[in-house]
Amino acid sequence: MIRFTVIRLVEIAAMLVLMSFVIYGLIGLMPGDPIDLMMGADPHLSAADLARLKAIYGVDRPLVERYFAWAHAALSGDLGYSRLFAAPVVGTLLPRLGNSLILMGSSFVVAFAASLGLGIAAARRPRSRFDAAVNLACFAGVSLPTFWLALILILVFAQRLGWLPASGIGSGGNGGIADWLRHLVLPAATLTLANIGGYTRYVRATMRDALGQDHIRTARAKGASEARVVWRHALRGALVPITTILALSFGTLVSGALVTETMFAYPGMGKLIFDGVMGNDYNLALAALLLATAVAMLANLVADLAYAWLDPRVSYR
Amino acid sequence: MLSATGVSAHDQLTIGLVQFPATLNPNIDVMAAKNYVLGFALRPLTVFDADWKIVCLLCTELPSFENGKAVATELPDGKKGVNLTYTIRPDAMWADGVPVTTDDVKFTYEVGRGKDSPVANAELYRRITAVDIKDDKTFTLHVDKLTYDYGAIDDFVLLPAHLERPAFADPTQYRLRTLYATDPTNPGLYNGPYRISEIGSGSYIVLEPNPHWAGPAPYFRRITVRVIENTAALEANLLSGTIDMVAGEVGLPLDEALAFDQRHGGGFNIVYKPGLTFEHIDCNLDVPALADRRVREALLLGLDRETMVKTLFAGRQAVADSFVEPQDAGFTDDDVPHYRYGPARAAQLLEEAGWLKQPDGTRKNADGKTLSLELATTAGNRSRELVEQVLQSQWKSIGVEIRIHNEPARVLFGETLLHRHFHLAMYAWSSAPENAPRSIFRSDEVPSEANSYAGENLGDYKNPEMDRIIDALEIELDAKKRKGLWAQAQRLYATDLPSLPLYFRSDAFVLPKWLSGVRPTGNQYPTTLWVADWGEKK
Repeated sequence: MIRFTVIRLVEIAAMLVLMSFVIYGLIGLMPGDPIDLMMGADPHLSAADLARLKAIYGVDRPLVERYFAWAHAALSGDLGYSRLFAAPVVGTLLPRLGNSLILMGSSFVVAFAASLGLGIAAARRPRSRFDAAVNLACFAGVSLPTFWLALILILVFAQRLGWLPASGIGSGGNGGIADWLRHLVLPAATLTLANIGGYTRYVRATMRDALGQDHIRTARAKGASEARVVWRHALRGALVPITTILALSFGTLVSGALVTETMFAYPGMGKLIFDGVMGNDYNLALAALLLATAVAMLANLVADLAYAWLDPRVSYR
Repeated sequence: MLSATGVSAHDQLTIGLVQFPATLNPNIDVMAAKNYVLGFALRPLTVFDADWKIVCLLCTELPSFENGKAVATELPDGKKGVNLTYTIRPDAMWADGVPVTTDDVKFTYEVGRGKDSPVANAELYRRITAVDIKDDKTFTLHVDKLTYDYGAIDDFVLLPAHLERPAFADPTQYRLRTLYATDPTNPGLYNGPYRISEIGSGSYIVLEPNPHWAGPAPYFRRITVRVIENTAALEANLLSGTIDMVAGEVGLPLDEALAFDQRHGGGFNIVYKPGLTFEHIDCNLDVPALADRRVREALLLGLDRETMVKTLFAGRQAVADSFVEPQDAGFTDDDVPHYRYGPARAAQLLEEAGWLKQPDGTRKNADGKTLSLELATTAGNRSRELVEQVLQSQWKSIGVEIRIHNEPARVLFGETLLHRHFHLAMYAWSSAPENAPRSIFRSDEVPSEANSYAGENLGDYKNPEMDRIIDALEIELDAKKRKGLWAQAQRLYATDLPSLPLYFRSDAFVLPKWLSGVRPTGNQYPTTLWVADWGEKK
């Protein structure tokens, strides 16, 4: 197990190095550098201004040279400055990362807990009215576009009822934790509703499969209570595929939710990555994408390790 | 009435914008959102006001030949320069209590002239060959070109030397070390009625009154600028009361504002202000079909712009006959060719140009080539995409095939237009009042590798007469003669048609009914510069 883990960690490190080069190159291939974009906003820039600015921003050097300069600095812990936010990348990234972890984490926990309950209940009563109602609600949740759902929630809870604020993460620093939580409710609810359908469908399907297994029939024949059969025997078997979904979802915790963040003006990682890529902010985009990649890969490693813990038949050598 | 935070709503104001400023340093980068926010907190020396007149904000009096504060000089090369003397308002203070002085002027000039300085537009500083300091408040600028707008030094926005000087020790690092980036809530960075007191990066900016502001006390004890990039969410926030108003300068596009007006206009005061943003279609004159003036005229005649503006924009935007906005001092209607909708004449011109109508409705020339052009604009800009549909349909009826090729703004402006890989391109030019069209029409302003792709003459328009008019216009001090030159430029433009004029864009300001004093300017200066006039209606 230790050997497996070490090998996977080395693979992840190698993959990150490769990804950093690929991402840097891909951003570099996009048309227009930051100075070209600046020129579009200010037609009075002269040729001399452009040459001077390109040198200051370092975009006059070949892409490969720029990449190695970045990599050298990154290895010594300096991820550089964000051009868009005029601040060090780490200082820009960390607050957004915190915001995304809170938003995505809270919606993930609520969505997963609810889908576990709903999925198991529906699996236990297949083709019942309850199962049909859960299925219908799941399809509705999966089909609704996130931006539309967000707008409806804003219109109902912020405009009509006036219960909750429609955007941002606070009322400008004077509202305390209650104010912060009130701002979190609508974006978290949007993500929860958007995700709960998919998770429930998955839990229901895996639980249905698990409940039909021979060892479940044996457990029932031995007189185990229904609760023990479901929670102890069936769920344990269903958890392996569910863990895969959990691991994949975990990666999104740091890559954020672009649409939801945009609709609620919520400063998270999704919007940061989008702005970094579109604004040719190499340092910012690269750091954010690498962080998302690293978390996704580590989550997969954790999932692999969890398989062995959940299923004694799985072992790594 | 209580706001969501439980504080009386009318002693504070929350404004919605669709863009967050990248940097707050006034001299680095150009961005409408930054100008809007800094309008609350920093006073430029001079600006154009809502009547499009140059006025002093931080100085006491505009220099002129009449008051002796402008003195023409003879330069060694025989050209005329000018010495301009300004006095900073005696009561002007940074919000940390330090007076605004000529030390700030000296430092700002040093930053602007620095070889490795990140100042975006260094043209103004290049033109200022020296600065003489008379005392703490009075200074003289030596300018190497005497232009008609000599009194305006709008981009010379003072930086606080007492705070910023250490950050400029290494000019190449200034953009990263400026306190506007590292410590943007430092009160000493601001000298306007408000100072920035809190920033939620990418999310909101809070402004509070500058305790050392000597002008009329601003009404609101707190102004919050919230950034909500999605315009549907912006509207929902407005309706929910999370924001009180939407800034016209960086807010709702006109078509969305009109739709909002229809649905909820009764609850707000919606002001439409025509401005200097000129929507047009650039013609690449290197494309053989477009090099023929008759084809360009046919395209313009084949387009019913009046109906289009009425239908799509409820007539809130004026149809353009030239590049000069009707409110501008240089505008004239005399003898400028007008192109009213005339599809029959358009068809005739195309026939004369050798593009003959085919049975299938298209047109071909003697070489068998079809008259088919590519039209590019910014993808996702709903107004432009709507206009594009109209253009395509109306030009089809005169036999011109249009292939739509839209691209994201960064691709269109960063690559396609810059390298002139287009046939027709619909976008806008923004300018200032009485701004000579040097960058868009002068023959040496065509972007190319040789000039690092500077300049905005994307169509490759070259007419020595236009060059002469522009050169003469810039240095003509007599307003009457200048007006004559403006008229010549407009006539020549409307005759040559290097681009196809569409309309002048209007900004929509969605304001609460109780708010007073917001006076849209229609020029590049934001309403926020006059925030001291804002208040609650009695």
